[in-house]
Amino acid sequence: MIDTSSAFTNRDMNGKYDLRVHLEQAAPIPLKVSFDCHRGELVALVGPSGSGKSTVLRCIAGLNTPRDGQVVCNGVEWLNTDRGLNEPPQKRAVGIVFQSYALFPHLSALENVTVAMQHISADQRKSRALQLLRTVNLEGLEQRRSHQLSGGQQQRIALARALAREPSALLLDEPFSSVDQTTRRKLQRELAGLRGRMAHPIILVTHDVEEACLLADRVCILHRGQSLDIGSPAKILNSPRHKLAARLVGQMNVFEGRIIEHQAQRNVTLLRWLDYELETRHCPRFAAGSTVDWVIPPQNILLHQRVRPSRGERENPVHGTIDELVVLGEVASVTLLIDNRSDTTLTFNLPMHVVQRNRLEAQDQISVSLRAEGIHLMPRNEEDGE
Amino acid sequence: MDWQAFSLSLKLAAWTTVILIPIAIITARLIAWRRFAAKGFIEALVALPLVLPPTVLGYYLLTVFSRHSPLGGAYHSLFNQPLAFSFEGLLLASVIFNIPFAIQPMQRAFEAMPGELREAAWCSGLSHWQTFARIELPLAWTGVLTAVLLTFAHTLGEFGVVLMVGGNIPGETKTIAIAIYDRVQAFDDARAATMSALLLLFSFVAIGVVYFVNDRYKQRFH
Repeated sequence: MIDTSSAFTNRDMNGKYDLRVHLEQAAPIPLKVSFDCHRGELVALVGPSGSGKSTVLRCIAGLNTPRDGQVVCNGVEWLNTDRGLNEPPQKRAVGIVFQSYALFPHLSALENVTVAMQHISADQRKSRALQLLRTVNLEGLEQRRSHQLSGGQQQRIALARALAREPSALLLDEPFSSVDQTTRRKLQRELAGLRGRMAHPIILVTHDVEEACLLADRVCILHRGQSLDIGSPAKILNSPRHKLAARLVGQMNVFEGRIIEHQAQRNVTLLRWLDYELETRHCPRFAAGSTVDWVIPPQNILLHQRVRPSRGERENPVHGTIDELVVLGEVASVTLLIDNRSDTTLTFNLPMHVVQRNRLEAQDQISVSLRAEGIHLMPRNEEDGE
Repeated sequence: MDWQAFSLSLKLAAWTTVILIPIAIITARLIAWRRFAAKGFIEALVALPLVLPPTVLGYYLLTVFSRHSPLGGAYHSLFNQPLAFSFEGLLLASVIFNIPFAIQPMQRAFEAMPGELREAAWCSGLSHWQTFARIELPLAWTGVLTAVLLTFAHTLGEFGVVLMVGGNIPGETKTIAIAIYDRVQAFDDARAATMSALLLLFSFVAIGVVYFVNDRYKQRFH
C-alpha cells in the first residue's frame, strides 16, 4: 500500500495550504486519505462509485466523522480526533453543492440563497443574494421555486447558496451528474469561468476522469477509500504512480517489462517487452534486470503509414494484426494484437481520414511506433494488482 | 342538544391536542430519522391503541388511575381527589388513545423529507433549532395539520375509553359521544339525532380538509 500520510507534516499544518485533509479509519467505510488544496485551486477527487469520495467530502463538511483525522482550513482546525475536536457543520465555513442539489422546495430561489446568510444582518441579505444569483446567471428567476426550474438552474441556485455563506472552502459533490450533456458542458464552462473570481479552495468529487482533468488543477485518485495518486491532470493521465492508478484513469495499454540497461550518455533506458527492445526516457531509478510495469497513453502510438513511410518509423516499431476497428464518429478505436498473441493488445485511436487513406480493416497487418517519450515506467506492486 | 357535553368535548379535544402535538413532533422525528435497536418496539407501541379494544385500554388505565397504584396514589395525595372519573384522568386517557393519530401522520411527513435537506441547512449555517423552524416544520406542515385534525376529531368521537375511565358525570366527564348514548338509552331520538348529525358533519369536514390539503401539497411539489 502506498503511504500518503508522509506528505502531511507538521510544518505544512500552518503553512501555505488552505485546506488540509487527513482521514483514516477501518470501518464502516475504510478510509486512508490525505490531500491538500491551495487558495483558488480546484482539486478533483476521482474514483469509481464506492471509492469513498463522497464520504471524504462529508467528513470535510462535518456531516461524517472519521475514526482518525484532521481537517484544517485557513489555519483553523475543524477536526482533530487526537484532541477530540469536531466542529459541527454550522461552525465550519463550508459551502457545499449536493449531488441532488438539496434545495429547500418551499422557498423561492432568492430565499434559498438568503437563508444561508445567517452571518450578515437581515437587511443586507437580499441585495447580496441578488448579486450572487446574477453571478450564476439566474437573473429574473428569483421568485421561482425549485420545482419550477430546470436541472441546470437548480444547480446554479445550489452553487449560489453554497457561496452565500462566504465559505472558506467550496465542496462540490458530483454537481454535473444529474443534467443532460449540453447543460453539463455549459455548467462546466461556467464553473471554469467563475474560478478566477473565487479565492477559496475548491474540492470537486466526480467519477468522471475526463471531467476531473477538464476542470481540476490537481486530481486525486481514490480507490477503496485510499488516495492512490495526486497530481496535475497530465501527470495523473500520462505518468501514473502504479498499474492500479493507471487502470483507474482509464489507461488501456498497461504491460509488464524488464529493464535491460541504462544508457546515460544517450539519455535512454532499454526495456525488454515480449521480443521487442524498447527505448524509453532515461529512468535510472529502476535497477537493470528488474521487472517493471509500464504504460503508454494512446496518443503516443503512431501508425506507420502504408502510403508514405517516414523517418519516425525507426522509433520502437511494433507489429501486429488489427483485431477490432470500431468507428466512433470521426475516430476509430483500433485494437492491435501484438505478434498475434491473444493476451497482448495495444489500443489507440485513429482519425477516420487516416483509416480511409490507409484502407485499414480488421485482420490487416500493420506496424506502429511507440514514442519513447510517451512510455512511462512504474514500480511493480503486487499488492495493488488485481 | 346537550351544550354542556359539547363544550366539554371541545375542551377535552383542545387540551389533548395542545399536550400531545409537541410530544408527538419530537417522537415522530426520532422514529423517522434515528436508527436504534428498540425502533420496531416503539413503533408497535405507538400503533397499539389502533387495534386495542377501548375497553382493554380503559381497564388498564383504570388500574393505573386507582389510588393503590403509584400514579393514582401520587395524584390523590397531591390534589386530594381521584384521577379516575375526573376531567384530568379523562385528559390523560385521551392523550394516550390519540398517540397513533398524532404521531403516524407526522412520522410519514418527516420520513418523506430527504435527509440531505437537513444537512444542507446545517451546511448553510442554520442551527438545529433554525433548521427545525425554517426547513423541517414548513415541509412537514401537512403532517402536523393532519395530526391536529385527526386528534381533535377522534377525541370528540371517542366513546369506549371515555365511558370506562370517565363514566358519565355532567360537566366533568360526560362528553358528546356519551351524551348521545345517554339520549338513545332514554329514547330521546330527537336530541340524539341532532348531536349525531353535528359529530358527523364535524368529522367529515376534518377528514375532508386532511385529504384536500395533502392532495394539494402533493400536486405542488411532485
